[in-house]
Amino acid sequence: MKVLKYLLVGFIFGIVLTKTEAVSWYRIYEMFRFQSFHMYGIIMVAILTGTIGIQIMKRYNVKDIKGLPIEIQDKEKGSTRYYVGGLFFGLGWALVGSCPGPIFILLGAGFWSISIVLFGALLGTYIYGVLKDKLPH
Amino acid sequence: MLPIFAAKLKNMNFITQTWPWYLSGFLIGSIMLILIYFGKSFGMSSNLRSLCSMSGLGKRVGFFNFDWKAQRWNLVVVVGAMIGGFVAVNYMSDPSNVSINPATIEQLAKLGIDAPDGKLLPNALFGPDVFSSPKSILILLIGGVLVGFGARYAGGCTSGHAISGLSNLQIPSLKAVVGFFVGGLIMAYLLFPLIF
Repeated sequence: MKVLKYLLVGFIFGIVLTKTEAVSWYRIYEMFRFQSFHMYGIIMVAILTGTIGIQIMKRYNVKDIKGLPIEIQDKEKGSTRYYVGGLFFGLGWALVGSCPGPIFILLGAGFWSISIVLFGALLGTYIYGVLKDKLPH
Repeated sequence: MLPIFAAKLKNMNFITQTWPWYLSGFLIGSIMLILIYFGKSFGMSSNLRSLCSMSGLGKRVGFFNFDWKAQRWNLVVVVGAMIGGFVAVNYMSDPSNVSINPATIEQLAKLGIDAPDGKLLPNALFGPDVFSSPKSILILLIGGVLVGFGARYAGGCTSGHAISGLSNLQIPSLKAVVGFFVGGLIMAYLLFPLIF
């Protein structure tokens, strides 16, 4: 059951992202050309749902599944890493039309060419690991 | 607005039709909340770091020397997502899907990229021929490197920053999302005509 619940959450995530076409290269291109509201609607409603949910959790001190207090870590302060890292990510996101979630989903769906993207993403992660201490954060 | 959405969902075929943004947005937000309730967090790109660590890179690069086994739950989410993608593509798709803006289709045609016609991905970039085209391989590889490098540098991707971070009103995540969009716009407007 412990493992199964994560498998189920992932399964629903895969279905939702595919059925709403957020895994589609076309939808990402269309978003960056401001030619559709679809992707913006998805992201905004997701954030709205999340914001309301987190506020409720905080206000009513909701406990997690183990009965422990829910603590959501704040992101580290800073600017450079977010702007510059974000810029690199955005360039890649628009080019291959998929962020890390969809890369895995599309591979599972049988789009073998995505394996090149996944290999690149692992390589990019490795490059960051090597250069980490030399990069401004 | 809500009654209109509810009426539309009532008449919808969930198997064949494209799921509307208000439904999927709500479900994605809920998935993030469920993971928080499980005592975890919603973030897909950290799995890439776990995979690097699993393959033994921790011995050579300090960044990958961490307890990836504590992140196994997230790799299970990934496996579930892959199965979900398989089911949705093979048993829940329809030629009417991916009906993007006709203006977008026209623009893409000028770049030599085929129209969706129900496909999720263009053949020009992802079709079976790409493995025999060095240019296509390079595009997918470089795109992947940018995604992986950028996500780790920024400390998160669409799920970790845009959804989780903004939902928790984090200013660093807002900065990252600004970066995502500036990068995406540069690619879609300035670099695409040079690449294709």
